[in-house]
Amino acid sequence: MYPEAFSYHAPSTVEEALALLERHGDDAKLLAGGHSLLPAMKLRLSGPTHIIDMKHLRGSLDYIRDEGDDVAIGALTTHRSLERSELLRGKLPVLAETAGCIGDMQVRNLGTLGGSVAHADPAGDLPAAVLALDAVLVAQGSGGTRTIAAGEFFHGFFETALEAGEILIELRIPTLAAGSGSSYQKFFHPASGYAVCGAAAVITPDASGNVASCRVALTGVSEGAYRATAVEEALVGKPFSEELAAAAAEHAADGIEPLEDYFADATYRGHLAKTFVKRALLTAWERSG
Amino acid sequence: MQKIPITVEVNGRKASREVEPRLLLVHFLREALGLTGTKIGCDTSQCGSCTVHLDGMAVKSCTVLAVQANGSQVTTIEGLGNGELHPMQQAFWDNHGLQCGYCTPGMIMTATKLLEENPNPSDEEIRDGLEGNLCRCTGYENIVKAIRAAAETARGGS
Ligand SMILES: Cc1cc2nc3c(=O)[nH]c(=O)nc-3n(C[C@H](O)[C@H](O)[C@H](O)COP(=O)(O)OP(=O)(O)OC[C@H]3O[C@@H](n4cnc5c(N)ncnc54)[C@H](O)[C@@H]3O)c2cc1C
Repeated sequence: MYPEAFSYHAPSTVEEALALLERHGDDAKLLAGGHSLLPAMKLRLSGPTHIIDMKHLRGSLDYIRDEGDDVAIGALTTHRSLERSELLRGKLPVLAETAGCIGDMQVRNLGTLGGSVAHADPAGDLPAAVLALDAVLVAQGSGGTRTIAAGEFFHGFFETALEAGEILIELRIPTLAAGSGSSYQKFFHPASGYAVCGAAAVITPDASGNVASCRVALTGVSEGAYRATAVEEALVGKPFSEELAAAAAEHAADGIEPLEDYFADATYRGHLAKTFVKRALLTAWERSG
Repeated sequence: MQKIPITVEVNGRKASREVEPRLLLVHFLREALGLTGTKIGCDTSQCGSCTVHLDGMAVKSCTVLAVQANGSQVTTIEGLGNGELHPMQQAFWDNHGLQCGYCTPGMIMTATKLLEENPNPSDEEIRDGLEGNLCRCTGYENIVKAIRAAAETARGGS
């Protein structure tokens, strides 16, 4: 299998890439790790006539930097680099944990954080972590850069807040409050390895064992990754216990119509959402303190 | 039709060709360079039989464009040993780590990277590391055994 014919561009700066995007409009696609785009092109589900390969932008968009209040991560950072980063394992372990759940070693060697987030696959793992970590996404367009809160970024099936002609260049992730615990719990599709359901949780306890703050996000369940705010509200200010976590997790799919496919119908997916949110909460709490 | 000149260093030798942008690395290796050791199994990025090393990383060459590899170094199964079998190849031979042999080049390319990163893996770590490589014959038992044996050899054991 091979893709439809296209013209190939390998710009050496973000500005050149933006100019190419502007010139070719809807006919063009950015190529990052290629591990969502190329399979879709081989299946002829996607047929761009211009490919803008960002490989020469790796020099400027592949980094994980400690900037004090934030960790800044370049869009072209691979899943493998996230998984293996000592900085992330120390400061944002759930991001490393989530990246390590993606596909297999070969996929993680090429797939990128920016590609995964921009692609917004409803079964992709990283969108859940990015939401639970309350990341800020930095997009660059011909008019300059703008920031988008993770909570406003994912718009459902492969849809995001990115405008045509914009490139996602960086994710800025606030450092977790001291004592926070976090976890990503994934139900792997037995064949594809994608998330049938994935739950990311970040919990911060206060000194007396109450939940001071908490963020929970799910992927795989709905048309796009989402924050389970009803779960969060059921926890905040209360003393954490297994019963409380279980009761809060019951709200994992409130207001959501779970996806259905041949593998998991809506009832089953809704059930998985609750089960995996509960696991994520318990694990995150165990790791807190 | 656009054709792009590329130069890829494959198994230590520079290879220059003009290619269509849509040409996949695996087809470049097999068809343009005649290196048919790298296999095409599923063609949907799942099975790993097309695994090669690209700038030192194990990648699925069915999911990389040849133009993306322009200026890069690629190692295929043909380039792994230096005229003799690489210790990993020998270990697969000795431990009967194959039946039909179709997945073997990809398994070996992945396994060598696995050991580079983790010279003393547990069986579970070996199985995890092979997540991206499917075998339809062996049930993986002897593949895991072969990789364990190669790890022992590399660490200077018997
Ligand atoms: C066998 C296999 C198994 C997989 N398993 C999983 C899994 O378990 N979980 C999971 O989450 N994913 C999985 N993936 C997908 C993988 O994580 C991809 O790497 C990821 O979804 C896309 O990242 P990429 O860098 O490869 O992007 P590409 O494929 O290059 O691009 C994807 C899309 O995003 C756009 N894009 C890319 N970068 C940017 C940017 N910086 N700015 C704007 N737009 C951009 C592209 O134009 C394209 O439309 C799997 C893939 C394969 C092949």
